[in-house]
Amino acid sequence: MTSGAEVRNELPTKISVKDLKFFYGENLALKSINMPLYANKVTALIGPSGCGKSTLLRVLNRMYDLYPRQRAEGEVILDGTNILDPHQDLNLLRARVGMVFQKPTPFPMTIYDNIAFGIKLYEKLPKSELDGRVEAALRGAAIWDEVQDKLNASGLSLSGGQQQRLCIARTVAIHPEVILFDEPCSALDPISTAKVEELIDELKENYTIAIVTHNMQQAARVSEYACFMYLGELIEFATTSQLFTSPENTRTQNYITGRFG
Amino acid sequence: MTDLHTVRAYDAELEALGRKIAEMGGIAEKMLSDAMDALANLDTNLARSTVACDLRLDVLQREIEEQAIMTIARRQPLAADLREIVAAIRISGDLERVGDLAKNIAKRALKLSAETRMQRAIIGLKSMHETAAMLLKDALDAYALRDADRARQVWTNDVELDALEDSVFRDLLTFMMEDPRNISFCAHLLFVSKNIERIGDHSTNIAETVVYLVTGEVLPMDRPKGPSPASDFQTSK
Repeated sequence: MTSGAEVRNELPTKISVKDLKFFYGENLALKSINMPLYANKVTALIGPSGCGKSTLLRVLNRMYDLYPRQRAEGEVILDGTNILDPHQDLNLLRARVGMVFQKPTPFPMTIYDNIAFGIKLYEKLPKSELDGRVEAALRGAAIWDEVQDKLNASGLSLSGGQQQRLCIARTVAIHPEVILFDEPCSALDPISTAKVEELIDELKENYTIAIVTHNMQQAARVSEYACFMYLGELIEFATTSQLFTSPENTRTQNYITGRFG
Repeated sequence: MTDLHTVRAYDAELEALGRKIAEMGGIAEKMLSDAMDALANLDTNLARSTVACDLRLDVLQREIEEQAIMTIARRQPLAADLREIVAAIRISGDLERVGDLAKNIAKRALKLSAETRMQRAIIGLKSMHETAAMLLKDALDAYALRDADRARQVWTNDVELDALEDSVFRDLLTFMMEDPRNISFCAHLLFVSKNIERIGDHSTNIAETVVYLVTGEVLPMDRPKGPSPASDFQTSK
């Protein structure tokens, strides 16, 4: 893994997770995680259910703060600032670190308002400029061609795959720096999945991306770096090509090849 | 890799590939030694049966390829499984070529039966054959045992075969210069020596694949090489 280590030192790091522990009440869900998210790269988090990958993702924009009795220890450095600091402005953080969930979660409003809603929370823009931002976001999420004639239709009228891309557009609209995907394609058909994957590939030009997925092939397709987590521990972090062709750790090997262990 | 897949049929598919490679290896080894025996004793029956063996090797290679492709399509193999399948495809290709080269030697034994034989010219080829057979055996053992160190040995030992080929080349050249009536016989033997040398190369290919299969690492492009008779010949002109 020497080559991976060399590359690691050269790349700019967008988020650096240091000695992160996470608790659900008394329950230790993440055991001292250390890992980087490199700028403009896609990092995949893989591991069996309950291994802590979604928990890790939820720490990265402090989504867990919405729930009682959940707390994190350690540091998550985003561009030099520890976002676990109690003084961190959470709204600002979530604008910088957007999230797309497993199930599409469009708001029960028009397609246009689904996008404009988020923008209006952070910025006051004249109508024409807002229109431009909505269009840019929908184009950015590769759904503009499908919805440009029905911007006033309900977001809920779209197909599952379209809804998911609408949610990605909503995330992109407020110009985040990091996008977290939590199994974004698990409820989508192969064509919609391919579109979302294509989109992720384009998005990494401008954003730093972390994706949780149960689909090994998807992780292998979309990511440049990958980490395998097991029982709250980070077992292996490597380039995707390394991790999926010759992982160093036997547990990684057993998991990605579908063996017991 | 002692752990089994959650899907048992997957293990069965990989095992079947390994078994077929082993069968191909056995056939290729036997073809090589039979072809050389046929050549040494000018045994036309043995030569013909050796030629006939090649068909089975071709069929096996085709089957391995088809199964490997099906497994890729069905299971999307990763990590060690992926390397296992890539290795099966590559090694079956090398063994198929070894079979072709052995067949070629057997065909030449058929042609040579009409020539005046010259026993001392064959001696050098025998030691080449012993070395090549050893390389092939070691490469196949390394595959069966998943032994990367043994495979690396094959990779470096091929240099001996290159040196032998060089000396055989010089000997045959001398015999041809001694007496022009030897030329036809010795020219055939030159091709045989080239065939044996190629079998050594395929053995090192197999060895390289075994190292990749076991460790995931790719051996460097430039392998230790012995003297090349052809280039030597050109410089001595």
